[in-house]
Amino acid sequence: MPNRSEFWNFLLGRLSLDSLPLHNMIVVVTFIVVATGGAALLGFITWKRQWGYLWTEWFTSVDHKKLGIMYMILATVMLFRGFADAIMMRAQQAIAFGDNMGYLPPHHYDQIFTAHGAIMIFFVAMAYIVGLMNYVMPMQIGARDVAFPFLNNFSFWLTVSGVLLFMVSLFIGDFSHAGWLGYPPVSELHQSPGPGVDYYIWGLQLSGLGTLLTGINFVVTILKMRAPGMSLMKMPMFTWTTLCTSGLIVVTFPILTATLLLLSLDRYIGTHFFTAGMGGNVMMYINLIWIWGHPEVYILILPLFGVFSEIVSTFSGKRLFGYSSMVYATVSIMILSYLVWLHHFFTMGSGADVNSFFSLTTMMISIPTGAKIFNWLFTMYRGRVRFDVPMLWTMGFLFTFTIGGMTGVMLSVAPADFLLHNSLFLIAHFHNVIIGGVVFGIFAGINYWFPKAFGFRLDPFWGKCSFWFWQIGFWFAFGPLYILGLMGVTRRLSHFTDPSLQKWFIIAAFGAFLILLGILSFVMQIYVSIRNREKYAVGHDPWGGRTLEWQTSSPPPPYNFAFVPKVHERDAWTNMKESGYQRPLQGFNDIHMPKSTATGVVLSALGFVFGFAMVWYIWWLAAVSFVALIAYAIFHTFNYNRDYHVSADEVNRFEHSGNWASDPQEARA
Amino acid sequence: MSVKRLRGMFWLFPALALGGCHLVLLDPSGDVARQQSDLMIASAVLMSLIIVPVLIAVGVIAWRYRASNKKAVYDAEWDHSTYLELIVWAAPLLIIMALGAMTWIGTHQLDPYRPLTRIAEGRSAHVKAKPLEVEVVSLKWKWLFIYPQYGIATVNELAAPVDRPIHFKLTSSDMMDSFFVPSLAGQIYTMPGMQTVLNAVINKPGDYDGFSANYSGHGFTDMRFRFHGLSAKGFDQWVAKVRASGHDLDRAAYEKLHKPSRDEPAHYYAQYASGLYDRILNRCVEPGQMCMSQMMAIDAGEAHAPRARHGADAMTAEPSSQAPAHDAAAH
Amino acid sequence: MNTIATESSAQDFYCREEPHGHNGTLLGFWIYLMSDCFIFAALFACNAVLGTSYAAGPTGADVFDLTGLAVNTALLLISSVTFGFAMLEMARKRKRAMLGWLAVSGLLAAAFVGLEIHEFVTMIAEGAGPDRSAFLSSFFILVGTHGLHVTVGILWLIVLMVQLGKHGLHEANIRRLQCLSMFWHFLDLIWVGVFSYVYLVGVLR
Repeated sequence: MPNRSEFWNFLLGRLSLDSLPLHNMIVVVTFIVVATGGAALLGFITWKRQWGYLWTEWFTSVDHKKLGIMYMILATVMLFRGFADAIMMRAQQAIAFGDNMGYLPPHHYDQIFTAHGAIMIFFVAMAYIVGLMNYVMPMQIGARDVAFPFLNNFSFWLTVSGVLLFMVSLFIGDFSHAGWLGYPPVSELHQSPGPGVDYYIWGLQLSGLGTLLTGINFVVTILKMRAPGMSLMKMPMFTWTTLCTSGLIVVTFPILTATLLLLSLDRYIGTHFFTAGMGGNVMMYINLIWIWGHPEVYILILPLFGVFSEIVSTFSGKRLFGYSSMVYATVSIMILSYLVWLHHFFTMGSGADVNSFFSLTTMMISIPTGAKIFNWLFTMYRGRVRFDVPMLWTMGFLFTFTIGGMTGVMLSVAPADFLLHNSLFLIAHFHNVIIGGVVFGIFAGINYWFPKAFGFRLDPFWGKCSFWFWQIGFWFAFGPLYILGLMGVTRRLSHFTDPSLQKWFIIAAFGAFLILLGILSFVMQIYVSIRNREKYAVGHDPWGGRTLEWQTSSPPPPYNFAFVPKVHERDAWTNMKESGYQRPLQGFNDIHMPKSTATGVVLSALGFVFGFAMVWYIWWLAAVSFVALIAYAIFHTFNYNRDYHVSADEVNRFEHSGNWASDPQEARA
Repeated sequence: MSVKRLRGMFWLFPALALGGCHLVLLDPSGDVARQQSDLMIASAVLMSLIIVPVLIAVGVIAWRYRASNKKAVYDAEWDHSTYLELIVWAAPLLIIMALGAMTWIGTHQLDPYRPLTRIAEGRSAHVKAKPLEVEVVSLKWKWLFIYPQYGIATVNELAAPVDRPIHFKLTSSDMMDSFFVPSLAGQIYTMPGMQTVLNAVINKPGDYDGFSANYSGHGFTDMRFRFHGLSAKGFDQWVAKVRASGHDLDRAAYEKLHKPSRDEPAHYYAQYASGLYDRILNRCVEPGQMCMSQMMAIDAGEAHAPRARHGADAMTAEPSSQAPAHDAAAH
Repeated sequence: MNTIATESSAQDFYCREEPHGHNGTLLGFWIYLMSDCFIFAALFACNAVLGTSYAAGPTGADVFDLTGLAVNTALLLISSVTFGFAMLEMARKRKRAMLGWLAVSGLLAAAFVGLEIHEFVTMIAEGAGPDRSAFLSSFFILVGTHGLHVTVGILWLIVLMVQLGKHGLHEANIRRLQCLSMFWHFLDLIWVGVFSYVYLVGVLR
């Protein structure tokens, strides 16, 4: 509405009725579905009078276990969103040949691949791994919570506010079409004047801050709060990988923050960091974003290496082979990952010496990774391997990820990358390692630790369905992409002229459909397991676990351990079992615990309002929400009364509760 | 070269499965792409030496030590073997050392900036035959090719004589694209205000696909062109055909061409405004813009032009002929 | 308590008394500062890349006022010293003297920020704003980010002085003051980099 009065412009910035994408049927239908579903959910909660319970027990909780579960739920919801984007892209590419332009015009298709990438990395993969680390790591080191429980809650809600900005962009305005890393010049103001890139920037800034705080939190937790006796080299592998990932977060996420800050300054106040004229340098953005971006993929995969290490050793009934070499491998991957970013743009013309250097550092990462694969292999050797669902996912990982690693090394050969760069071969490669490594690891982890969190196992039948649909669907979806890549087909195309390519895209679309069945089987698995929770009920150690989280009840009490454990060896819980450890049933102490707080929710809500106001140039609202945010944060610091005691009586009651029911499958151990 | 034999083997199984689909990256028609492809195949083969045994071992060991197989040895405490650890680290290390050596050499030999020393295996590039010069500009969303040696320009159509080295200089008007003819040579980015270089040669006559391999906005999908590999005679005829079109790419025509368009059909220009490429590279096609080369000269303190505090509108200047600091490699 | 691992009496495996919590705040804050370092590292890198891209506009030699810079630097460095005095008074549990030194540090820092704002306003008025050239963009953002940090530090200082006045020197407040002290010195350290690299090198090149 160009001719509205100054007052309305002041009040609403550039927001107007035209910002609602009412002309786009796909978005309107999506909105109706999401709105009805959301209203139904909210109505149901209200009808059941659960708001108070949710608020006091979950939203304001600083318990790392509850936050972990909330992260997992958030990630699962966003998996649906990201996967909906994926299946829309597959459908478009399967039909858009010759005269058929498909059902998505480029400006919509471009937003979808941008949203798919950004959501899958930031709000699915990151949220899942942060959820897993949150839930498991403090228990593995015998701690009662993380070092900064309030910050943990705040991090979660910051992630949620980032998610909300992304989701709002679906229905008010549009989303970025600049690709998941927002390369200029496409993301500069003159090429993308709309609110899309701003949604992207503020969504990532909010959630990125949350991730950074999580990283700091976990590093301090692991360094400061380990149980007595647990030296660094006695830590479980998953804790080690959490430490390395958190360390990487601390050194890389600030770079993302800085890079996006510079991009937003280019857009908001007309600076010349990445512009083509006036001395700006677009190559600097690409360097900076990948200095964050490459370590980011190792941030994602390292914790899952930890998950696989725990699972292989547990389900082989054996100590992890080559523990110290695993640790050194993890640390060297962490360090090397910071030295390879340029391999994402060998084709920029950096010169042979620079390209060779980054080529070699990239290849070097495959040495510790290869060592890890061997170590998992030798862990199974002379073991008693049980193929429960977590182990199935691990086997799938070993096969799939290894092949993805091989294509990765092919891409790292700089001259070969001149051919393969930006091709569908590249797309197939990184889905091969991210699905084969990260996603498989997440499902392995969920199946492994679910009984700990809820006291009952997940249904194995639907779990196996989910595994096989994912595994087979993956090869159907991405095998053709490898071939198409070798046929010289590049990424991000919304329309094709060569009809001979179509069959491959149809096969890929079929693969995506199989993966859809895999996701639905996972939902089914959760549903069936909840319905039959009595039948699947387990005790505290259903798999014959080896680390401390299996020592406490399922689900664990708020304080995790009635008595802080003492550690003498690696695989502390196995050691305790073998030494005939008896759980103490009396002599409990009062336990000091952090109180719940609403501050995280309030600050993040204000952060969301601030982000939204900035996206739409509603300056007064941005100023008000920003001042409110600072004021509330200061107000929070005046509250010194942040702890409470769980009395010895309560501990006694917990320790004699039904959560400690004996394990029907305990014979397994 | 043994890679050649490997290529034959590598070809076999996908060829069976694909039935006619052309895997251009495995069988390109230009010498540079061919060497890059050889390296790609060699790296895959080299890694298969370790990957294939590992994949088999995963299956075999997992099956042999399954819980129900009570005959297999079970040793819960066995978690270390110096000998095995040595293998575990040394095996990938050796493979990567071999691959790294190949890559180091290949990266230097196939550096797109390096003038060609050969036009095909065993055939050195003639010193006498001057390379074909092509100036490439990526526009929203089409390709402009300028042939300074022939005084012609084309849009979305590129041609070159077989076996004659081609020397591309590339830039972009606004976006970042990637110039890629898979049959000819690996791709290279085009960036506004910067110049990249690509040396290549085509060995077989034919009609090849070319496109942008880097997303640059809504029209990117259609940003395709044809690349013709022609005999020397055929190339002369093609040049004559372009000249016969009679159109002139003067500044006005360029401004029209500069407007965003999708799926632009190929067309020809018999002549173009002199210094057009340098002006595009230096971002001063429009009258009144200061050329970047002059801006850089002022910044480096080389030119004694008055410094303008209020924007670069004060002066216009011809682009300097050397265009010094534009190479992306200088970054 | 028994620490020999091989003896298998149950008491080896848990602490009967609730152990003293290790407070990780100082370590956590230190790690935060290190991560902040990376933000500055990115901004310094930008300045290194763009530091001579004047776009035919003003250079460092044209716009930097080295006298003002010397005053500014002195203000900030002295405020670090006075903050150190405050910490010494804290260690002696002399609350009023400590608050006095804190106030002095805050005022010095405020003067620093004031001078910096004055410098920015002058430059923008002369047409040398952050949108004039990449060099100026990188200058404004690097120096401005540091200035923003100092401003946050001042705000934090005021809040903490109120809290110290109200609740005195108890454990939590001492911890907060130690964090702020680290922050204060960290900003000094960054300023030394800004001052020598952005200004001095900027004038010379």
